[in-house]
Amino acid sequence: MSNDNTEQQSAKSSDSALFAKKEFRRGTIDGLPIVAGYFAVSFSFGILARSTGIDAFIAALISFTNVTSAGQFAGLGLIAEGGMYIELFLTQLVINLRYSLMSLSLTQKLGKEFGTARRLIIAYANTDEIFAVASSQKGNVSFPYMLGLEIFPILGWTAGTFAGAVAAGALPGFIVSALSVALYAMFVAIVVPPAREDKGIMAVALIAMAFSLAFYYLPVLSEIGSGFRIIICTLIASALGAAFFPVKEEPENDRKDSLDGISESEVSV
Amino acid sequence: MKLWIAMLIMALTTYLIRSIPLVFFRKEVKNRFAKGILHYIPYACLTSMTIPAIFYATGAQTGAAFATAASLHAFIAAGVGFIVALIMGWNKKSLPIVALFACLAVLIADRLLILL
Repeated sequence: MSNDNTEQQSAKSSDSALFAKKEFRRGTIDGLPIVAGYFAVSFSFGILARSTGIDAFIAALISFTNVTSAGQFAGLGLIAEGGMYIELFLTQLVINLRYSLMSLSLTQKLGKEFGTARRLIIAYANTDEIFAVASSQKGNVSFPYMLGLEIFPILGWTAGTFAGAVAAGALPGFIVSALSVALYAMFVAIVVPPAREDKGIMAVALIAMAFSLAFYYLPVLSEIGSGFRIIICTLIASALGAAFFPVKEEPENDRKDSLDGISESEVSV
Repeated sequence: MKLWIAMLIMALTTYLIRSIPLVFFRKEVKNRFAKGILHYIPYACLTSMTIPAIFYATGAQTGAAFATAASLHAFIAAGVGFIVALIMGWNKKSLPIVALFACLAVLIADRLLILL
């Protein structure tokens, strides 16, 4: 009987090793377009980093330890203009706060195989694009799938930064200045398509734009550092959006769950 | 700021933001207003980072974009890139494609402006 068990277990473990390999490969393939995009965009981050006097190795290290476009970008600006640590911390917090929402949403796609250690590992590169691909999967995602999906984009992001920083010195100025709009263009491409479909997102984007312009150009307001400007505009615009364009109610069949949630939270308060 | 401290703050803050919800939250956010804010933050944030910064990315002088011919030139080239990104984004092109064409647009605008 014990023999049976071991046989079953070894059969099971070789099956699961095969499954893991397959899943890892599937994740890697799904991540390839992200690798290409990341290399191109982080190339311009590398160029930008060089222009603020940061060397190629440090720039690549920033990319490797952050794996976030907007946050790194704002961080670089603050380092260059000599902002405050607290400003840097708050900027990272607000700009990257969206990732906590993505992580929150990703928890709904993780099966029982995800213990704390595995959650800590996949959290590392839960970027906009990786989150988008993971959440487009049917049902739960597996741990090897997430590893495959994350590893190569991280390497692409880091390598692109290094290549951009090294090439920066060799490229003519007009090429460097053309490449420096790449990250912003990517931000535009993230915001515009959903804004076209959703009145709330459109309103939030327009409000954020209006406040950002006001803070940039108006006397007194323009004294505020770029980190705080982004934080204030983001909070004002998203709060106004939440107040005037509330997110849609959950579908009917989730109704009971959410009512349970409310009564539980009332009890705990 | 010391560079290594700045780098540490950036890396740790970013990682904790990503990992804390993954490790600790198992339930969905229920409060509608909080949900709304979380939903809109990415768009509000990316928009305020992009505008007006994109117009100064190519070297126009902050606060005095029209002061010199070179600065005005850079400002216009960046503006062309922004418009191209807007149009392509509106037509739902993928991120790397939009970024690539915006760069090309700036490059072409920049070269054409030199001829003027």
